[in-house]
Amino acid sequence: MSWIIARRRHPAAGYAAIAGLLVVVAVGYGALTGFGSGASASAPAQNATDIAQGRSLFLDNCSSCHGLEAQGTPQAPSLIGAGAAAVDFQMSTGRMPAKEQGPQNDRKPVTFTQQQIYDIAGYIASLAPGPQIPSASEVSTAGADAALGSQLFSTNCTQCHGFAGAGGALTYGKDAPPLTASTPTQIYEAMLTGPEAMPVFGDGTLTPSDKRDIIAYITQTRGETNPGGFSLGRTGPVTEGLVIWLGGLGFLVLIAMWITAKRRDTRVDLDES
Amino acid sequence: MSDDVHVPGALRGLGNWVDERFGGAGYVRTLMKKVFPDHWSFFLGEIALYSFVILLLTGTFLSLFFVPSMNDVVYHGSYIKLNGLRMSEAYASTLRISFDVRGGLLIRQIHHWAADIFMVAITVHMLRIFFTGAYRKPREVNWLIGIILFSLGLIEGLFGYSLPDDQLSGAGLRIFEGVLQGIPIVGTYLAYFLFGGGFPGNDIVPRMYIIHVLLIPGLILALVTAHLLIMFHQKHTAMPAKDQTDTHELGQPFFPYFIAKTTAWLFFVFAALAILATFAQINPIWQYGPYTPLAISSASQPDWYMGILEGALRMMPAWEINFLGHTLSLSVLIPFALPLGIILGGAAFWPWFEKWATGDNSEHHVLDRPRNAAVRTSIGIAVVVFYGVLWAEGANDVIANKLQIPLYTVTWISRVLVIVGPILAYFATKRICIGLQRKDAELLEHGLETGIIVQRPNGEFEEIHRPVSEEARAVLEAKKVPLALPVGAAAVDENGVSAPQARGLMGKMRVRANQAFLETIPLPAGDGHGHGNGHEGNGHGEVEGGGQEHAAVGASTAPAELDRLPDAQPQRPDPGAAGDESES
Repeated sequence: MSWIIARRRHPAAGYAAIAGLLVVVAVGYGALTGFGSGASASAPAQNATDIAQGRSLFLDNCSSCHGLEAQGTPQAPSLIGAGAAAVDFQMSTGRMPAKEQGPQNDRKPVTFTQQQIYDIAGYIASLAPGPQIPSASEVSTAGADAALGSQLFSTNCTQCHGFAGAGGALTYGKDAPPLTASTPTQIYEAMLTGPEAMPVFGDGTLTPSDKRDIIAYITQTRGETNPGGFSLGRTGPVTEGLVIWLGGLGFLVLIAMWITAKRRDTRVDLDES
Repeated sequence: MSDDVHVPGALRGLGNWVDERFGGAGYVRTLMKKVFPDHWSFFLGEIALYSFVILLLTGTFLSLFFVPSMNDVVYHGSYIKLNGLRMSEAYASTLRISFDVRGGLLIRQIHHWAADIFMVAITVHMLRIFFTGAYRKPREVNWLIGIILFSLGLIEGLFGYSLPDDQLSGAGLRIFEGVLQGIPIVGTYLAYFLFGGGFPGNDIVPRMYIIHVLLIPGLILALVTAHLLIMFHQKHTAMPAKDQTDTHELGQPFFPYFIAKTTAWLFFVFAALAILATFAQINPIWQYGPYTPLAISSASQPDWYMGILEGALRMMPAWEINFLGHTLSLSVLIPFALPLGIILGGAAFWPWFEKWATGDNSEHHVLDRPRNAAVRTSIGIAVVVFYGVLWAEGANDVIANKLQIPLYTVTWISRVLVIVGPILAYFATKRICIGLQRKDAELLEHGLETGIIVQRPNGEFEEIHRPVSEEARAVLEAKKVPLALPVGAAAVDENGVSAPQARGLMGKMRVRANQAFLETIPLPAGDGHGHGNGHEGNGHGEVEGGGQEHAAVGASTAPAELDRLPDAQPQRPDPGAAGDESES
């Protein structure tokens, strides 16, 4: 303690205190909100679904907005014909049940088990035909062509999700989410059902094989190391500009001040008076 | 000084041999004794110089491997994720530099970071020159050369960024083509000539390459040489300090002090770039993919120095008019020409405007403290805000995404701020400057507060004020008060007749502009706190002159009275006296 007291008027003490506080706040915030916890990827299994169980879950958790018969209300669209894939995408990414009315629903922690989601999906699929949850083999990237996927991705996806799938802004408060946490099944379902502002990429637009190539590109890209150092968020030159101004110039200015520093005579000055 | 140095016999012999043939000893002696001022901000321009050297070195390395060609090739290199894709040779060779050439990625990243810091350094160097008034007579030409160097740097950077023919650079090139086409009447022809036909064609990469590696670097090199020679000839400006006058420069001699510092500085700049290039990935073209006109990525931004143009383009409403049968794409033309036109044109014009508005045509070698030139500082900050808003708008989608603000809200905020921000910044900065001047005047008059309270025998409490040190006093007293125009006469005399110089539109405007410059806090009259010591025994006429100016200014009590006092003139150095410099 006396060590701190002796140095509390040290020129660097203020900076040290601020840096310490920042660390405390960051650790506290991280502890409260969880350090970057991602959704666990689970292999989609075509388990036997219990439609009756699904209907019961639907009535408890979804019907207040989507209506008792999933017919839709002014707050939420009809789910008749939405298909199992849409339900699985929305619920397995935590977007549904929605937290609030807003421009769009963002990914959040999932509150249902995968079996419960399949049950609800089975119930919705029983109302009218719609896109099915893809099987494990349909989303498998084994043998997929990531190079073709990169071309397909750059012509169909980068406009919104960015060149490396880091996400991007859309209009009116919507955004294209980063593709860092999506499972292959979720990516496939998103292309199939076109959630939120995303267009539907049906099998006529992107064949199942194209979809697998895109998934291969996305999963390879996000897993790949950055040969040039820290990725700086993979958002292009904006963060590079930030780094050169704050890091590059900041560092050099400190060095320049050091090179040209003069010995301070203030202490002598004080003694004179 | 150099006479004291012991020179080894062999070196002396070699030196004599060279000197007897080329006679450089006198010049070298002058060079070695040249005085360099010692202030950190004087090293900003040197960052630009050294990063330019690094750019030339790394660029030479890259040119050994880069193939400036738009020929279609199928890629079969180390980066398997793009294996089998068709792409231009330019892009394929950049991939090769990045993944197959030993040290290629490091050199590429050093080159790109060096380009970024080159423009950063030019920018902050120009800001330093502007805010301290270093562009004033006799350095106006060097100021103009600096503005041209900045503009050349912009184009050089744009072309370098466009060379690898990746998705992002292609998008930038597409905008560049659109801007060219937006120029009235000649635009479409210009774009056609440059690209050798329609976009993108096969000609643009080889053409940009030769401009990027030969033409513009040559121009920059020539202008940098001129810049440095002129600076050498005119000598450095100097921050206000004790004994620093317009004819007497303080600092350290080139040899051995400054050369040690500047060599260290070269290594520090190189180190900073090497560290950045090692740890921070820049321009990962393999992620962007080869350019195809079909695709565009979100967060497509240019390098930082083009951000202001990008922002202007994003901010501008989609206006297009038809004028006498010519389509005028104002939505492209205005963002391209207006912001940089205002900033660079204004910067080029400013030294003459200031001369005109202040009537100050004398030489200046001692710099102004920014607070003491309130109008200049406020205009500078207004331009910085103007630039900053446009610059930030260039990243509007990234800002919208990261800060969760709707995109159009960001754009509308910037549209309002780009007009309101500079105006607010001007007045706020001016008030802050005047406030700081007031604080300085108080420091001179009352000295520093010591926090020591004493009780007098009569019971009165009093705080002890310590007079500021001689050095600090010299800095505070370096302030110059602008001249009231028209010189020697009131703009309107007591009979309501205006002075001849104040008549007409230009005369009235000049008086108005002058009044803005006149708003300043006068320095207090000399007091008894040991002030007189500064004038004893140093024998510098300039310092005495400063004292007289100080007394003359101190005689007035309110800024409003200044324009009625013909003797409230700034100190003028003897125009006949050449700049004489000496060692510290």
